[in-house]
Amino acid sequence: MSEPETRVASPPPAASVKVLSGVWRGLGPIVYALVAGGVLLLLMGRDPIGFYATTIESGLLSQTGLEQSIIRMAPLLLMSAGLIVAFQAGLWNIGGDGQFLIAAAVVAGLGAPLVGVLPYSLALALLCVIGFVAGAAWTIVPSVLKAWYGVNEIITTLMVGFIGIRLANLLIKGPFLSDRSLVPQTDVIPFKYLLPYLPGTRIHLGIVVALAVLAAVHYMQTRTSYGLSLRMLGASPKAAAHAGLDVKRDIVTAFGLSGGLIGLAAAVEVLGVWGYVRADWNPAFGLTLFALVFLARLNVKLVIPLVGFFAVLSIGGHEAARRAGLPNDFLLLLIGLILFFMVFTEWARTKGWTAGMRLRAAGRTSQREAALDE
Amino acid sequence: MSSLLTSEFLAALLSGAVIAGAPLLFAALGETVSEQGGVLNIGLEGMMLFGAYGGFVVAHWTGSSWIGFLAAIVAGLLVALLMVVFCVRMGRDQIVVGIAILLAVEGLTSLLHAAQFGTSYPRLGAVPTVRVPWLADVPVVGPSLFGQPAIVYIGIALVVVVWWVLSRTNPGLHLRAAGWKPAALDNAGVDVLRVRTVAVLVTGALAGLGGGYMAIVVAGVFVPFMTGGMGFIAIVIAMLGRGRPLWVAVGAFLFGIALSSATSLQLAGVNVPTDVVQMLPFVTVILALIIFARQSYLPSALATPYVRGRR
Repeated sequence: MSEPETRVASPPPAASVKVLSGVWRGLGPIVYALVAGGVLLLLMGRDPIGFYATTIESGLLSQTGLEQSIIRMAPLLLMSAGLIVAFQAGLWNIGGDGQFLIAAAVVAGLGAPLVGVLPYSLALALLCVIGFVAGAAWTIVPSVLKAWYGVNEIITTLMVGFIGIRLANLLIKGPFLSDRSLVPQTDVIPFKYLLPYLPGTRIHLGIVVALAVLAAVHYMQTRTSYGLSLRMLGASPKAAAHAGLDVKRDIVTAFGLSGGLIGLAAAVEVLGVWGYVRADWNPAFGLTLFALVFLARLNVKLVIPLVGFFAVLSIGGHEAARRAGLPNDFLLLLIGLILFFMVFTEWARTKGWTAGMRLRAAGRTSQREAALDE
Repeated sequence: MSSLLTSEFLAALLSGAVIAGAPLLFAALGETVSEQGGVLNIGLEGMMLFGAYGGFVVAHWTGSSWIGFLAAIVAGLLVALLMVVFCVRMGRDQIVVGIAILLAVEGLTSLLHAAQFGTSYPRLGAVPTVRVPWLADVPVVGPSLFGQPAIVYIGIALVVVVWWVLSRTNPGLHLRAAGWKPAALDNAGVDVLRVRTVAVLVTGALAGLGGGYMAIVVAGVFVPFMTGGMGFIAIVIAMLGRGRPLWVAVGAFLFGIALSSATSLQLAGVNVPTDVVQMLPFVTVILALIIFARQSYLPSALATPYVRGRR
């Protein structure tokens, strides 16, 4: 109001409106999916409001629920960071679960003997490095096939992922098998050697590691030449090669970093929560995180609240499903619906008829009217 | 080792391979059609799973396996319709939509199953088998290969049908053009989106049938997540088959052997860990890729939505 001279012919939408439509862009699909899921619950004779209320209550509002959700966020955030690195470089790393389980098996298998020998923090740090290396090593075959022979990495990561899931089982039932348990599993790392709690809570250190890693990934992508070359590779491999980038090196390192971060996620989960790995254990975070990372548009800052939301849903939803007498898999349906609505709203945006567009248009007209009133 | 060559072992291996390979054959034939048309159908697993669910429920209600198979086809078509709307018509990312399909179907079928059957798992009766005259009397090979449910023979017939349509008819030519050079097809006056729509629907029908086979013939029950990665194996088979239905059939049979050999080996007294056996097909494929991967396996326009006028 103090400087009317800066007015332009077609004023841009007010900042607040812009933020609102941006928020709605991420939030809209979630709201639609929750509503659609609620309708389904209603059709099945369950009380959707009660279901969601229980979810929020036991995943976010109760002390233990909140702690559980934050604990769950640690591996999810690290794995998201790994997926973002690959996807931004245009590499479809769909075999994340295999990389996760190989790393988990190796960390748990080597963990029990190592923690007794090495000093506490050195052992933990070394095990995290081992997890990183194991996860990264599990991407070598797909990345080399992609870099040198152009073999489609969607299929190779998927297949190598299946091999990884089986191989992790073989490791647990073979060299890492504990002779102190009836079910096939690794030796248990004693509780006192696991990751320390944050002061005053029962949340292990993993969440701090995860946030630090995310910050580092964000910095790498936005502020370093390596990050720029990865994004160029993602935007157009031909242009990247033409600009003189070493595309082969970038593919192999981006894949390695992706698998490494996923391996680190496994190390944090094993060293923070379990202390051992049982045969056939597979949390199968890969595909759901795939969805969330896309919903966040590969943006590190957006991934954090989305993963938080998912963690609350998975911790609280577990209790809500138990009380409603439903299987836990309602969550999978919700994530699938969120993806569908996201894809749909993106398409609708290209057609120019979304809530966000209307909001922005309304913002423009009200601004214009305000300008006319002056 | 001599026990490996007994007729019991061979018979068990062959019939196991056919039982495990048939759903792969249906789904991989379907995937071949959509891949040749330029649509990478990552949602194949979801289509199979919904086919398994729909097929089982209807077969359970009506008591007829044939109506069950029809329902499985319809269920696969319904899921494929999502793929058509989002990927072909709206031109959205095929991988994202495929994963959305898989997650949503996994959640939905698990919920519906729990709501209908609770934790009881009602069983279907065995599906009658059809003996092919003369051939079924051949020792060892005969009973295992030529004494199968009729739907298996339909699957084998479909291999010929798909081969014929792809390589000998105009629609097949249009389909391959839609996968390799959609703009050229458009210039020739053929609606690329319509060709791809039909391709994806055919895929859905075949994948649904494959899933229905798993529920109705193999398992006799529906269990949540029962397709367990078969859809992804089928995608791999289709990719290695490179659009040639005969190779797809060979691939499905070989993967069928690998998947069922754990049981047969145990019958022969050889105890190989299941994990090793189930890993072998993938290890073989990866080795094959490492050794032979010198050229592109896939249609050039695969996984790219077609938008007229865009390069």
